[in-house]
Amino acid sequence: MANEKSVWVVAQLEEGKLLGVTFELLGKARELAEKAGTTADVVLIGEKDDGLSAQCIAHGADTVYTILGPEYKEYDVEVYTNALCALIKEYKPGTVMFCATIDGRDFAPRVAARLQTGLCADCTGLEIDADGLVKWTRPAMGGNLFGTIVCDEHRPQMGSIRPKVFEPLPEDTSRQGEVKAFTVETKVTPRVKLLKKEALSTEGKLKIEDAEVIVAGGRGMGSEENFKGLEDLAALFEKGAVAGSRAAVDEKWVDHASQVGQSGKTVKPNVYFAFGISGAMQHTSGMKDSGLIIAVNKDADAPIFQFSHIGVVGDARKIVPLLVEKLKDLKK
Amino acid sequence: MNIIVCVKQVPDTTQIKLNPETHTLIRDGVENILNPYDAEALETALVLKDKYGAKVTVVTMGPPQAKEVLKEAIAKGADEAVLLTDRAVAGSDTLATSRAVAALVKSCGDFDLVLCGREASDGCTAQVGPEVAEHLGIPQITAALKVDFQDGKFIVDRETENWAETLSCPAPLLVTMTRAEKDLRFASIRGKMKARKAVIPEKTAADLGLDTTTVGLKASPTRVIKVFTPEVAKINTEIIQEDEPEAAVDKLVEKLAAAGVIKK
Repeated sequence: MANEKSVWVVAQLEEGKLLGVTFELLGKARELAEKAGTTADVVLIGEKDDGLSAQCIAHGADTVYTILGPEYKEYDVEVYTNALCALIKEYKPGTVMFCATIDGRDFAPRVAARLQTGLCADCTGLEIDADGLVKWTRPAMGGNLFGTIVCDEHRPQMGSIRPKVFEPLPEDTSRQGEVKAFTVETKVTPRVKLLKKEALSTEGKLKIEDAEVIVAGGRGMGSEENFKGLEDLAALFEKGAVAGSRAAVDEKWVDHASQVGQSGKTVKPNVYFAFGISGAMQHTSGMKDSGLIIAVNKDADAPIFQFSHIGVVGDARKIVPLLVEKLKDLKK
Repeated sequence: MNIIVCVKQVPDTTQIKLNPETHTLIRDGVENILNPYDAEALETALVLKDKYGAKVTVVTMGPPQAKEVLKEAIAKGADEAVLLTDRAVAGSDTLATSRAVAALVKSCGDFDLVLCGREASDGCTAQVGPEVAEHLGIPQITAALKVDFQDGKFIVDRETENWAETLSCPAPLLVTMTRAEKDLRFASIRGKMKARKAVIPEKTAADLGLDTTTVGLKASPTRVIKVFTPEVAKINTEIIQEDEPEAAVDKLVEKLAAAGVIKK
């Protein structure tokens, strides 16, 4: 049965496993669906189920629509768009939510353009009314401005939602839900061919999104050698990781995978050190919700201090090695 | 090889600051610039032109002053440029914009590659590129770091949060760039002279054969109902300012211990 209000979450898989952001979106979808008196459903596109749909139900899904087969093993925008659009045409959801990951932001606009409907990118706030109309709130201008957007005359209304904004529901394996396998009638052949895929080298290091203490550096670190000193500081914490601003990534002192900010990742560690980062909105939009923020910058007027609980006016290049030394002494 | 680069003129968002008292944006003196990601797309096109020979056409949609970024692109090595400027396209959301940009791309004739920046630094949606690809009916690769051409196919390096991918695709293809192999080059003297003399054609929606009921504010499925500056919780920053870094570090360690970050 078509439910023209239902709230859908398009799951994102990596290596056959659900990414946590799927559950974050599902938690929010559940809340929206209850407010609008409808269902929260998940679309699972991948090679095989292997218990994934059960995980979705345990995290709040009413129905899990599965589109499975070897052709869905690797994400291909055209193959996935063809499949999802066929499913949407069949079941006519009111709302479709995508993960605002790099692949999600590749996928969602292609679907929106094919369905000729509205899409809000990178949302950080969602509300729904009794009729199922969603108010999508998103940052723009490097986090300086927020806009609230509606798509009132087209369905489905669609948006991508940033990771680490909403909380997943606790897993409840006693929850009941339905799994509906969907067969895509008209197939398409992928035109883009994947030649090589490798995990980005973090050399067994903790990913910044999983770190409890982030030691971040920016242009003010001055050189690759100085930047390397941040590793020593991060290593002093059990779940510490090194991150960088866009400037540090541009200088190739750190990988793009460890970039914090608008064109990188949004993080919320317990402790965030910002060394030699001036604090442009592009950066602060990705870290301002961290528990304790410590900034070290030569410029007493640097905007980063507005976001910091502890600010040291000084040269980060000198402070970092001294701090490492002092903390090492204390550990002895 | 024919390459079309889609660009946007944007306010330099890194210059925009928030007035901490009034929570309003300080826009005074903020320059308009070529969207930084579009600079990556332009450099990628110019690298391909250097290596294999290509005609690089740069297109944009915007007010007449958007011509500035097209002239900048010509000064840096682009061959031609076209501006779509028309009140009929004003207020377009990403879907309506993508219809207009797709028509603009088509009006440039046959192409092998369309290059865009990954996203614009003002709207930050990353939607127009893929939506243009859909309207053109061509494949897309987003968030790319490098584009090469070998044995009749484009070879594209792409990076997601945790994966590095290499993909291949024959022409025509649309690619959005996160980063080029190097920073956008400086303009040569000759390039600057060429840009100064260049006459950039201005097109209207009608010139492109666009149905004006498909573009502009009214044809946009999304509607902005509220714009606001974020509430920034006022943080009481404890500032440490010492002449000697050793003294600053001592104080910092005290504070870190007091906050429970370290044991002392």
